[in-house]
Amino acid sequence: MAHFTKATSVKDWLNQRLAVEKVEKVMASEYWIPKNINFLWAMGMVLVITFALLLVSGIFLLMYYVPTTEEAFYSVNYTIMREVDFGWLWRHVHGVAASVVFLIIYIHMFTGIYYGSYKKGREMIWISGMLLFIAFSTEAFSGYMLPWGQMSYWAGMVITNLFAGGSLHADFLVEWIRGDYVPAQAFLGRFFMLHVLLVPIAILGLIGLHFAALRIPHVNNQDGEEIDFDAESKKYLDGDKAGSKVMRFANDFMSKDMMVVGVYLIFFFYLVFYNYGFAMDPVNFDPADGLKTPAHIYPEWYFLWSYEILRPFNIDLGLALFGFAQVIFVFLPFLDRSPNTVPANRRGKAFAIWFWLMLVNMIVLTAMGKLPPEDPYSQVGLVAAIVFIAQWIALPIITSMEKKV
Amino acid sequence: MENNSRRGFMGKAFGAVAAVGAIGSLVAMKKTWDPLPSVKAAGFTTLDMGIYEENVMVTEKWRGKPIFVLKKSADTMAKEKGNAAAEARNIKVGDANFMVAIGLCTHLGCIPAFKSEEEGFLCACHGGQFDASGLVTKVPPPRGFDIPPFKIDGNKLVLGEVGPEYQAMKDNGVTL
Repeated sequence: MAHFTKATSVKDWLNQRLAVEKVEKVMASEYWIPKNINFLWAMGMVLVITFALLLVSGIFLLMYYVPTTEEAFYSVNYTIMREVDFGWLWRHVHGVAASVVFLIIYIHMFTGIYYGSYKKGREMIWISGMLLFIAFSTEAFSGYMLPWGQMSYWAGMVITNLFAGGSLHADFLVEWIRGDYVPAQAFLGRFFMLHVLLVPIAILGLIGLHFAALRIPHVNNQDGEEIDFDAESKKYLDGDKAGSKVMRFANDFMSKDMMVVGVYLIFFFYLVFYNYGFAMDPVNFDPADGLKTPAHIYPEWYFLWSYEILRPFNIDLGLALFGFAQVIFVFLPFLDRSPNTVPANRRGKAFAIWFWLMLVNMIVLTAMGKLPPEDPYSQVGLVAAIVFIAQWIALPIITSMEKKV
Repeated sequence: MENNSRRGFMGKAFGAVAAVGAIGSLVAMKKTWDPLPSVKAAGFTTLDMGIYEENVMVTEKWRGKPIFVLKKSADTMAKEKGNAAAEARNIKVGDANFMVAIGLCTHLGCIPAFKSEEEGFLCACHGGQFDASGLVTKVPPPRGFDIPPFKIDGNKLVLGEVGPEYQAMKDNGVTL
């Protein structure tokens, strides 16, 4: 056994047993962040805070929610919304956060693409981040089932139908996923489990991986500059704080981070209190009915771009392209063949156009996915979907021709 | 050396035990997600075909899905005459002729509405149309309405059970 001495203070007592000072240094005060960054670098902390809001509001919702097809709808719309004091608050926080978290994820993703934060040693940050995106998508979808309204039911029907694989007609697989011929009790029960236990555990594990992936390559900076973190942190600790290119994670970086978080939270709670409607589809305020389809079935806004890639094609091609769109972002670090780790605008015309076109095109796909599938929206959607696919095919070619800057 | 080979043996022995356990638990997990016996037992619906009126579309329920039942008039039958695809889908119970089909659009699973004046179905989701025999008259649906497994039992129709008439339809590719 290690040698222990009589503790001189509570801190010393903890230090001897848990090395709290060392942990604090490793995790915070001597975890180094470049100074050359902007507010977009705070999106990680904004996401952590949003996840915390989801977790806390979810815990309170979980205490009254009843996961049966008979009672789910009323436990949400009557018990939680009308009987439980402040029940509406938890529900609106949960619903708004579930929507806003995707907005921040997309900003975080496109920041990463713009500044080349997935390149040369940072591949695992990108890959773990995209795995988080998939886990959050699963979490959002499974959560959407729980109020058991019309949109829950029909979204569950349409999405589980995708597993039949179009012309493969793998109905046995669909029935296995549902545990029934249509979404019913078995389906609700298992999606409830996924939403409150299995997927959150996966998310927590992936957040750990995402943070761990940052430690060795460190956070990127506005110029993609390769910083010698050992030399710069030594300079900082030796007293040349102004001359060093890095700062402490806490409290230096955190203080700015939390400033952005503060502004974000004001925006967030403005939405929760005054503008929560966008996160609450009116169709979902009708109880689930397997014998009545809503006139227009569409997913939440954050899934619209990939839904629009599914829609304009026949079922098999649509499914194949939808699958492509779902996974292709994961492979970005390997499809980008250029050695340059600099902002998109400084990498030459080709990649700059690629980046901005991708951003605009995903907004177009999102807008078209929301509109009914009529002329001219379906033509615009078709062109946008083809452009999306073409861009990914072109990416390795244009980046391998890129000049070193 | 001796220790190493002992460790190697222990490692392999554990690996074998763990593999058996892993396969066993995967089987258990897969089976746990299968539809329950009560769900499967409730998968049959018996329809008394004597109660339907001509040209009145009735929606029944089988396995949670809407089932369209339409008793065809002599007029409709005359129109269908010569149309092999439509005749192949006809279900004859006693003297009466029926269209019985799963009432979900084969495109993305919406429920089309019956328009009695046009003697056909219109899907509001993406504009697909079907005629009174369940065949597609306007895309996007890739094929006519699917026909549920059925067995003719006197004047009754048992949905969920495979009778010779249904088997013939399936073999001939009339339905999936």
